[in-house]
Amino acid sequence: MQTLIPLLVAIPLASAAILLLGGRLTDRWGHWLGVLAPMASFVLGLIAFFKLADLPVDARAYSTQLWNFIDSGSLHVGFGLLFDPLSAVFVLLITGVGSLIHLYAVGYMSHDEGRRRFFGYFNLFVAAMLLLVLGNNYVMLYLGWEGVGLASYLLISFWYNRNSAATAGKKAFLMNRVGDAGFAIGIFLMFATLGTTQYTEVFAGVAKLSTGTVLMMGLLLLLGACGKSGQFPLQSWLPDAMEGPTPVSALIHAATMVTAGVYLIARSNPIFSANATLQTVVVSVGALTLLIGCVIGCAKDDIKRVLAWSTVSQIGYMFLGVGLGGGAYALAIIHLLAHGFFKANMFLGAGSVMHGMNDQTDIRRFGGLRKYMPVTWLTFMMGWLAIIGIPPLSGFFTKDPIIEAAFNRPGWTGWLFGGVALLGAGLTAFYMTRLFVLTFHGPKRWTEDIEHPHESPWIMTIPLIFLAIGSVVAGFMMKTSVVTWLTPVLDPTGAEDEVHRITNVTGAILSVAITVVGAGIAYMLFRRGTALVEQPAGPVVTAARNNLYADAFNVAVFEKPGNWLTRGLVFLDYRGVDGLVNSLAAIVGGGSGRLRRLQNGFVRSYALSMLTGALLVVGAFLMVRLG
Amino acid sequence: MKDISLPHLNYAALAPMLILFGVACVGVLVDAFAPRKARYPIQLVVALVGLIAAFVAVVLRAGKVTAENAITAAGAVSVDKPALFLQGTLIVLGAVALLLIGERALERGGPFVAQAAITVGSDADQRQAARESGATEVFPLTIFSLSGMLLFVAANDLLTMFVALEVFSLPLYLLCALARRRRLISQEAALKYFLLGAYASAFFLFGLALLYGFAGGITFAKINESAQNGTGNITLLYAGLALVSIGLLFKAAAVPFHVWTPDVYQGAPTPVTSLMAACTKVAAFGGLLRVLYAGFDRVHWDYSPIIAAIAVLTMLVGSILAVTQTDIKRLLAYSSIANAGYLLVGVLGNSALGLSSVMFYLVAYGFTVIAAFAVITLVRDADGEATHLSRWAGLGRRSPFYATVFTVILLSFAGIPLTSGFTSKFAVFSAAGGGDQSWLVIVGVVSSMILAFPYLRVVVMMWLSEPGEQTPSVSLPGMLTSAALVIGVVITIFVGVAPQPLLHLTSEAANFIR
Repeated sequence: MQTLIPLLVAIPLASAAILLLGGRLTDRWGHWLGVLAPMASFVLGLIAFFKLADLPVDARAYSTQLWNFIDSGSLHVGFGLLFDPLSAVFVLLITGVGSLIHLYAVGYMSHDEGRRRFFGYFNLFVAAMLLLVLGNNYVMLYLGWEGVGLASYLLISFWYNRNSAATAGKKAFLMNRVGDAGFAIGIFLMFATLGTTQYTEVFAGVAKLSTGTVLMMGLLLLLGACGKSGQFPLQSWLPDAMEGPTPVSALIHAATMVTAGVYLIARSNPIFSANATLQTVVVSVGALTLLIGCVIGCAKDDIKRVLAWSTVSQIGYMFLGVGLGGGAYALAIIHLLAHGFFKANMFLGAGSVMHGMNDQTDIRRFGGLRKYMPVTWLTFMMGWLAIIGIPPLSGFFTKDPIIEAAFNRPGWTGWLFGGVALLGAGLTAFYMTRLFVLTFHGPKRWTEDIEHPHESPWIMTIPLIFLAIGSVVAGFMMKTSVVTWLTPVLDPTGAEDEVHRITNVTGAILSVAITVVGAGIAYMLFRRGTALVEQPAGPVVTAARNNLYADAFNVAVFEKPGNWLTRGLVFLDYRGVDGLVNSLAAIVGGGSGRLRRLQNGFVRSYALSMLTGALLVVGAFLMVRLG
Repeated sequence: MKDISLPHLNYAALAPMLILFGVACVGVLVDAFAPRKARYPIQLVVALVGLIAAFVAVVLRAGKVTAENAITAAGAVSVDKPALFLQGTLIVLGAVALLLIGERALERGGPFVAQAAITVGSDADQRQAARESGATEVFPLTIFSLSGMLLFVAANDLLTMFVALEVFSLPLYLLCALARRRRLISQEAALKYFLLGAYASAFFLFGLALLYGFAGGITFAKINESAQNGTGNITLLYAGLALVSIGLLFKAAAVPFHVWTPDVYQGAPTPVTSLMAACTKVAAFGGLLRVLYAGFDRVHWDYSPIIAAIAVLTMLVGSILAVTQTDIKRLLAYSSIANAGYLLVGVLGNSALGLSSVMFYLVAYGFTVIAAFAVITLVRDADGEATHLSRWAGLGRRSPFYATVFTVILLSFAGIPLTSGFTSKFAVFSAAGGGDQSWLVIVGVVSSMILAFPYLRVVVMMWLSEPGEQTPSVSLPGMLTSAALVIGVVITIFVGVAPQPLLHLTSEAANFIR
């Protein structure tokens, strides 16, 4: 374990360094190195996982400190790693799904000139993400957090000569800064009140803190989590992030990085469980976001945007889960893992469709692709059935328990959040079915330039098949095993006070029923295709098409005043600061010019000035003493 | 009448001075007896070996010095820790400057004229300019000057100090007059330096006389004791202190006694300028520190405001005048004046910290300034060094390596972190801050900001201007200049990145013995 855990991070990091520093020398074989690195980490992760499983339940945590990271005054932060059940499942998700997506990317990026650079960034992302989940203190988490933010920025703007990609990268980066700043202040608050950032010490100290402090700390962490995970009010960057290459969308903006917020809250469960108000806030954020994601997802026509909004909405479910606390922490994590499979599957499937359709992304111009892309069709179908929660696919086993847990929250809020979650399930079924039917079934509505769409090469379909298998079986396999496995980290106690409004069976029947209704409506509406261009629509659909005016809100409230402020400051800088500086410089220069004349080159003048100086000095000395 | 008996002499303590003095005398003999062609190599080797031997003697002595055995020669000399530190500094800086003085690869016959007495512009002058190699007397002159500086920083009474002052000044006056190119301005510089130096010495001597009148003795211990007991005429004390300080401030180039600096720095041969900028500065501040700390410690509160006023004037006048300079050597002269101001700020720290910070500054500044002048000797055309700033435009395109080196040096002068300029300014300013002189620190920072402008202007000119017809190329330096340049730049960066060893050394050494 001593060498195994650091190696997990070091291998992809070294590979990234070789690819990015090696330059063109590595062009020919670089992508294979890039694929091997996460695979090697996956194998090591698997070995570490089994070693951890061999230990008794109480001892399942391996913590190590590699070196002193920051040692300044009373602030001591070690470069420490922690491998416990929670990190272990994340390591396997990141490296497992990551390896498959890397493999897929070899095919997907094969015509791209920047493939080596792409794999360099991709490996950098894997290393940073592993660091994020393996740190044993909040500073390490933050280090990985910023690392994945950087990789995300680089990869969204990967095609930097496209204006939209460059803008999307900046948008993601800026919105993440908002969250990151909150997270950072949260860590400062921890250090200020508890004097440490180590997980174990922070969690042990939470009980001693006042309610207000815990609330503040939790809200700041939540702000960070919302930024990274695209939750309300920082959700609008995530769909724009689809400007990056599709493997990026699959790995970073669906399966792993965007779930870092869920990881943060789950990891900090002692803080969040300590304050009921905090939990209500998290639940509200989750419920609101899942609804926003569903509503907008219904109105979008871009295959990747729909999937992006569905990601926002599914992460909303996870936030709902971690917000409910108690046993629902583990439910959120298994939903996260299952989502990692089926969403990566669908994104890669979308990439495969785009690959065969000249990079077309508009679902109104697809249709009837089932015949031409059988593997993509079948694997995408598994993802579709999994996300809408048809038994016995994985979504059913992971999403339904969250809906039930929401209903069982005490008080009237249980009805509210449960209802929202159930409604979300119906909407999810609707828009995902719309997506699936419009893409693979119905009449062909292709643009003229496409004559014969083709199935993707094996290097892209093999990962699809693996992920499809994962989408089918993951939920059932994880439903009890992973929940038990996570018990040492995510203590399910504290949920005794929940009411039992709804049983497993009723919940399952209810949600499957609403899912079938939603999917049925969508199928009826779209089985014959749809209009080729956007149609005029009522206020609700228009609002949804405009992302519920979140971007407009940001522009009006932040961007415009920001611009005014900038202009004001620029004006102040030109007229005020520069004016002051320039006039000072003019004074200095003028003084210099005048003083220069004293240096006239005549020894007699020099001697006179020395004499004057001497008289002044002697006079001053005598004045000081006698005067 | 008592018999005059030979006082006890501690030869181990006096060894560095005696070695250099002896080597200088040997140098004179070499010039008299060695064949013409062999003089240059012999002189160079003798001078360098002498400096190394003297340095070894300093190091050996540094291990053994205590408060009891520091004072020797009947109380005339105090070879204490600060004296040894400054002597070591002087020897090393002198050796590096000597490398520039001994360089002959850059132009035929080296930077010095063969016979300074020949009328400028005459036929004989043109013949010697074309053919004859430079006078080798510059080596013994340099060593004489250095031996005087060594004595100057160790002098324990005012009379010894005066003698040492003259010993190190007279060879410098001569050296200034020996430039191979632009001989008239070189001779003018030497004459000005001599006249004004003599004038300043007179102040010093008069001050010495007044202080004798006050204390009835000239040793620092005696003066200190009288000031403490309050015996004697205090008018004499203050007038004497003022006049002695003027003599020292002249050498340190503090305003208003700085007037000679730009003309002399510009006119003197560049290697000699580097010697003056580095070593004279060390000697002058070494002497000033000893007078103020060892001799007049008791009247600290009375002299502080006056020295502070001089420091402020020095910093501001130096930096403001540097802004409009068009000649790189004059620019560095004004920068040297401003640096004298920063050093005075450190002196006013008036504590072991002030002493150590000033010594630290002297080392750091000395190496950087020698490296700066070394680069100036390289930028030349057919008429010799191209010192007008307009000629430096676009140098970064022509000779990126030397332009980079000079940029590093200028950044260090400007006090940018990771260079010695930053750590040394930080040291003196924090010493002054610790001595309740915060307002001086503020003036110092403002002055540094003003001074950064001319430095950065040179950087901008070198890198952002297109090279013109007039831009000279950089000559390939010979081994000696390369060595001087490398030593200067490496120490500039090393002291900037890892100041701890030098700080440790200076704080170990910060204790005067009267």
